[in-house]
Amino acid sequence: MQFMLLFSRQGKLRLQKWYVPLSDKEKKKITRELVQTVLARKPKMCSFLEWRDLKIVYKRYASLYFCCAIEDQDNELITLEIIHRYVELLDKYFGSVCELDIIFNFEKAYFILDEFLLGGEAQETSKKNVLKAIEQADLLQEVRHLIKITPN
Amino acid sequence: MPAPIRLRELIRTIRTARTQAEEREMIQKECAAIRSSFREEDNTYRCRNVAKLLYMHMLGYPAHFGQLECLKLIASQKFTDKRIGYLGAMLLLDERQDVHLLMTNCIKNDLNHSTQYVQGLALCTLGCMGSSEMCRDLAGEVEKLLKTSNSYLRKKAALCAVHVIRKVPELMEMFLPATKNLLSEKNHGVLHTSVVLLTEMCERSPDMLAHFRKLVPQLVRILKNLIMSGYSPEHDVSGISDPFLQVRILRLLRILGKSDDDSSEAMNDILAQVATNTETSKNVGNAILYETVLTIMDIKSESGLRVLAINILGRFLLNNDKNIRYVALTSLLKTVQTDHNAVQRHRSTIVDCLKDLDVSIKRRAMELSFALVNGNNIRGMMKELLYFLDSCDPEFKADCASGVFLAAEKYAPSKRWHIDTIMRVLTTAGSYVRDDSVPNLIQLITNSVEMHAYTVQRLYKALLDDISQQPLVQVASWCIGEYGDLLVSGQCEEEEPIQDEVLDVLEGLLVSNLSTPVTRGYALTAIMKLSTRFSSVNRIKKVVSIYGSSIDVELQQRAVEYNALFKKYDHMRANPNPNIAVITIHASNSTEADMTDFVFQAAVPKTFQLQLLSPSSNVVPALNQGTVTQVIRVLNPQKQQLRMRIKLTYTLKGSAVQDLAEVNNFPPQSWQ
Repeated sequence: MQFMLLFSRQGKLRLQKWYVPLSDKEKKKITRELVQTVLARKPKMCSFLEWRDLKIVYKRYASLYFCCAIEDQDNELITLEIIHRYVELLDKYFGSVCELDIIFNFEKAYFILDEFLLGGEAQETSKKNVLKAIEQADLLQEVRHLIKITPN
Repeated sequence: MPAPIRLRELIRTIRTARTQAEEREMIQKECAAIRSSFREEDNTYRCRNVAKLLYMHMLGYPAHFGQLECLKLIASQKFTDKRIGYLGAMLLLDERQDVHLLMTNCIKNDLNHSTQYVQGLALCTLGCMGSSEMCRDLAGEVEKLLKTSNSYLRKKAALCAVHVIRKVPELMEMFLPATKNLLSEKNHGVLHTSVVLLTEMCERSPDMLAHFRKLVPQLVRILKNLIMSGYSPEHDVSGISDPFLQVRILRLLRILGKSDDDSSEAMNDILAQVATNTETSKNVGNAILYETVLTIMDIKSESGLRVLAINILGRFLLNNDKNIRYVALTSLLKTVQTDHNAVQRHRSTIVDCLKDLDVSIKRRAMELSFALVNGNNIRGMMKELLYFLDSCDPEFKADCASGVFLAAEKYAPSKRWHIDTIMRVLTTAGSYVRDDSVPNLIQLITNSVEMHAYTVQRLYKALLDDISQQPLVQVASWCIGEYGDLLVSGQCEEEEPIQDEVLDVLEGLLVSNLSTPVTRGYALTAIMKLSTRFSSVNRIKKVVSIYGSSIDVELQQRAVEYNALFKKYDHMRANPNPNIAVITIHASNSTEADMTDFVFQAAVPKTFQLQLLSPSSNVVPALNQGTVTQVIRVLNPQKQQLRMRIKLTYTLKGSAVQDLAEVNNFPPQSWQ
């Protein structure tokens, strides 16, 4: 996977994960163009499109579009499953996730993504293990924080 | 100094902004506060401030002043700081900036941290955005972690190694020892990432590929266990056990089996098993089938297995899910050359996909349809493709028209069918036909001698209906000019026009706003040519003389020359001899000085006779300010291919110049 973008129906970016080195300017350009292209698609169209030399896989969940750019040898259908798995993880973590959760807790959405994918590939195929790791890391945050504010 | 506002508070506030300007104001205010907080080197709230900066960055505002702060957070001992710091690094830094190199030491320390979640952050960041220099410096640490028994770290190290290899391919060798027992792991995360790592290595190096072929039996075993094992709640997706791992194994098998008989044979059974037993009601099952088909088609599989694969694709084409239809068409397009007959069996389903609502599916169906056209199915296929051409979106019309022309040229069952097909394309998609098609079509029509009357009649009729499609108009004009005599001579099947009607139509083209300059040129030339075929010469003379003062230079030049023909060579009209070719030469001079005493001479082979008429002048003006024209009449009773040796002599800037050349590329019309 080269990158993943999450954006609303109005085209507002909610998450951007880039696995290839690009300048800020290039990222903005790609985002703008791709968001426009995907938002113009009609509901009856399939989830795949060719864009530049990449394959784009996208799926809408409620008010959010999940959009991935994959390479020629990558399997489009399994990418849909990757997207679905990420949504399930968010859903389990936030308890019936909605766009607002991702807006107000964007850093957590990134943390979850970074426990599921690494360098654009799935690092863990068990839902349980991803959620367990996030849980433990969150605890680590709490504990250290507690230690900090109770000096004794 | 009050504490900086919390992240969620800021987000809430910014979202209340009613205009872009209001939002910008809030952002600027907060950025100013954050900047002064950074300047004060405040450790307590650095994390909060960077998090806010990351939010504002996502909205599109500049955040580069936070880059160094991310590095400070990474260096902190607090886990919360590190988490945000690494996230910030991945979002704000990239390898173009030297700043990122400062991370290397921190990452090195964190890779050796006592807490695995800190090690995880470091591995993730390195594997996502590590530059070549960083990868070189830290490859050793990654290799160490690849050998750990901690599966949480081992799986991350594997993907980090993939990134290192992509950035610095020469380092691939050093990871080889660590791959020794990767596949013996029980942990699916490690298995999955190991397969990805092995795939990367095999794709990059033929030596690695040869080395890892011995893993085929082990991979087959793992895949078999996944399929045969009972329900495993941890890895189950709609009744299938770890589809992600299955797909990656199938992909690695593809690479290992390609061009290798033994490996291909070793995986034959498992591929057949997956192909027949995988549940197809949901996307996840089809994802595995898709990968299986790709593998079967790429390795040296038995023909039975290949047919099985194509049939799976055929079933995909009938699936309600358009995504499945899309990948089926894509795969069929890849295999249509090698397994042509097998794909032919699904032709009617493929043709049905031409009517799909999705643009990508339509395009693939069109490409595949053209690939499947042959001598046996040309009539039926062309009917469907012409229907498609009628109704498809403009973005397809040019490619479809070209495809139709090519297919017709290759497989036309009869000349009449061929001309009819061309006509159909010109009338329904005439404006999308490529410019170079026009001369090709004219050539084709010329060669179909017995169809000339039929063709010119149909083209004339088409012009009566519509003169907006330029390629159609150009071809029609040329034909009317060339075969106008057939149009009015009683050879037509239907009601035939009279000469004046034909001239009306051609003159109409000259004045119409729809005609391009090129089209006008064709029309004028056609009118001129009819002066030797029609009797209404005076009318034609009048038209031609009017265009002698046309604003369009090209048109004007033609008109002037044609006028000249009228004035000087009218005596030739009396008995136009079909064996005589009339050739007009135009001489122009792009140099800075005039060419004076210009003389053109020509010699032809023995069977020809040549008559050179007087030139318009023997001075060719400098800088393309004018041309000298001269008419040559060539008698060619044996209708042999016309060849000519020419000699030009002239004086340029005081010296005499002589130029010799041979001309062999006269168009067939001139001597046939």
